[in-house]
Amino acid sequence: MIQSQISKAAEATPEPVARRIRGLSDRSIAWIFVAPTIFLLLAVNIYPLLRTIWLSFTNYRVNRPNNDVDWVGLRNYERILSDPDIWNTMQATAHFLFWTILIQVLIGFTLAYLINKKFKGNNLWTTIIVLPMMLSPAVVGNFWTFLYQPQIGLFNYAVGFLTGTDPASFSMIGDVNLAPWAIVIADTWMWTPFVMLICLAGLRSIPESLYEAAECDRASHWRQFWTITVPMVLPFLMLAVLFRGIENFKMFDLVVQLTGGGPGSVTELTSINLKREAFEKWRTGYSSAYAVILFVTVFGLASIYVKALNKVKQR
Amino acid sequence: MNKKLTYTVASFAMAAAASSAQAEELTLCWAAWDPANALTELSKDFEQQSGHKMSFEFVPWPNFADRMLNELNSGGQLCDLMIGDSQWIGGGAESGHYVKLNEFFEKNGISMDDFIPATVTGYAEWPKGTPNYYALPAFGDVVGWTYRRDWFERPELRAEFREKYGRDLEAPATLEELKDIAQFFQGRTIDGNTVYGASIYTERGSEGITMGATNALYNYGFEYQNPDNPYELEGYVNSPGAVAGLEYYKELYKTGTPPGSSNWYMSENIDAYKSGQVAMQMNFAFIWPGVHADPNVGGERSGYFPNPAGPAGQYAQLGGQGISVVAYSEKQEAALEYIRWFAQPEVQARWWELGGYSALKAVVEDPDFASSQPYAQTFLDSMAIVKDFWAEPAYAELLLAMQARLHTYVVAGSGTAKEALDGVVRDWTETFEYEGKL
Repeated sequence: MIQSQISKAAEATPEPVARRIRGLSDRSIAWIFVAPTIFLLLAVNIYPLLRTIWLSFTNYRVNRPNNDVDWVGLRNYERILSDPDIWNTMQATAHFLFWTILIQVLIGFTLAYLINKKFKGNNLWTTIIVLPMMLSPAVVGNFWTFLYQPQIGLFNYAVGFLTGTDPASFSMIGDVNLAPWAIVIADTWMWTPFVMLICLAGLRSIPESLYEAAECDRASHWRQFWTITVPMVLPFLMLAVLFRGIENFKMFDLVVQLTGGGPGSVTELTSINLKREAFEKWRTGYSSAYAVILFVTVFGLASIYVKALNKVKQR
Repeated sequence: MNKKLTYTVASFAMAAAASSAQAEELTLCWAAWDPANALTELSKDFEQQSGHKMSFEFVPWPNFADRMLNELNSGGQLCDLMIGDSQWIGGGAESGHYVKLNEFFEKNGISMDDFIPATVTGYAEWPKGTPNYYALPAFGDVVGWTYRRDWFERPELRAEFREKYGRDLEAPATLEELKDIAQFFQGRTIDGNTVYGASIYTERGSEGITMGATNALYNYGFEYQNPDNPYELEGYVNSPGAVAGLEYYKELYKTGTPPGSSNWYMSENIDAYKSGQVAMQMNFAFIWPGVHADPNVGGERSGYFPNPAGPAGQYAQLGGQGISVVAYSEKQEAALEYIRWFAQPEVQARWWELGGYSALKAVVEDPDFASSQPYAQTFLDSMAIVKDFWAEPAYAELLLAMQARLHTYVVAGSGTAKEALDGVVRDWTETFEYEGKL
């Protein structure tokens, strides 16, 4: 059937075209098929990347089209790496990354472990738990600002109820010490279900026979957990960490809605800072250098991490 | 009678011109706020008279600058007319985003002498103080205050206030009095609800805290630069008076504002006031028609006063915008036609009626103007004391630096006022050096 359709198509192909194709090697035909993709990749990924790298060595400003563009060498890189404000945003990002990933992995794995047990309403609970990650980050940021309101916010009320403190006596997003945790909590609420789902996939991929064999060997549940469950789920967990790490490194919308980078600049993550440099201050050359530094950092760390992930998988 | 006749003749002339010219669809870009709705209503007359069709692109304030400056910088043709913020005028002129209007004004008998001087300087001129016009003053605006007159008039509160401060509980004349009143109301229970002193601007992301704190800074002695030596900042931006002004603003924030108001700007202040949370509200004058009409706090329940004086004088932060023709528009003729129509005294009078703050002297100096609305006199008083932020092409850099420094001191509570303002001097100096102005 398929063969006859191919024959029909071949017959329908105009002779000059057919002649031209007939003379092509398999390799050439393969190139014809991948060429559009490669062209798109070059146009939307590689060219902008190369252009960004070139711009990072200039003083170009996109809002001053009439100004001369001067080659400034490594000056933009020097300025960025010696700017204490930028190091502060790096520190804020590191704090956000470390704690969100740690907490999300712990809670996500625990939830997955519990959900994996067979109990009534299992599917319903799974659906309820994954709801937050289906919302838009901007919406989540917006409604967490209400939850954190000292006078009417449910979060403050709950903390007040549990600890006996006055809910109006503390402001999660207005206090320098609490604001970094406010964004960690909101992000954790939203993205823990994602980690949970990946862990759940890992848990469900473990063959039951391994546990049966362990039971035969009279291995305790604790022993089974550490020698079967954790090693088998580890590649999945590492994948979740990779995804969350990359996502949170470029976190923008949720935090902008929640704190706007404040109070002061304690929650100004690198992506927010970069956006201000590029699209508010319009320092295009400078922000290109900034973007290159961030790209190299993420790409480098991700590459090392992926290698480690492959090693774990091969074990 | 004469005015009516002129208006009718002008309308007929416009209609006749429109019938011979090609009808265009014009897009006007502005912020999404109450005055934009009034302008939509007002523009229906233009559509009727000119035959052109108006469409509008309104963007909420927090994203307005981002969206519109992106549009201008990319040479976009979305907007034919732009009611851009006053600080954009330098960039708009120097980068060629806005059409220079001098010749057009001259040809059409539009004189900048007919507009409130502060609005001409603030919204239309670049460089400042020179007769080079890139906009027509479209919407006069200024930071002022709204207060709960019904609370201020309660005998028990008046008595308690008098006993505590030795004066009557009235709209404050000085910033110190304002702070006293804010502290007096802070945490007080009124009608069973806990209320607070004042809602003030503290927003971090765009321009909020700068637009707020400058109302204290100006009145304590802050200057943007040496008036006799442009771009000399040291000793003006961080003068002892400026330091005292910033310390004042922080104290007001810490002792007289609702808990959690660490990132508040126009809409949050309106919400706090209309929901009965605060006794006073700092905000731009554009909100006053909405406050007056509000079922909970409107009418006699609210009063208005200009930004109170400080030790160095009485000033208020200028808001408002001018209307410009975008240089990338292919419908510049029709866009200029809109500006010609908008500049007419009758249209400006109707603009005020609909809730738009006209900057035309003929409107605001009309003997009936001050009594036309309960906030009209306060608007006039406030417009007489305005100061504005930098309108340099690099204004965004200057603004973001000030936002970060002020928020770090006032809200985050880090460092001292002197350190914050020294930081502003350093950041601004770097920007001006980069710009080749120092």
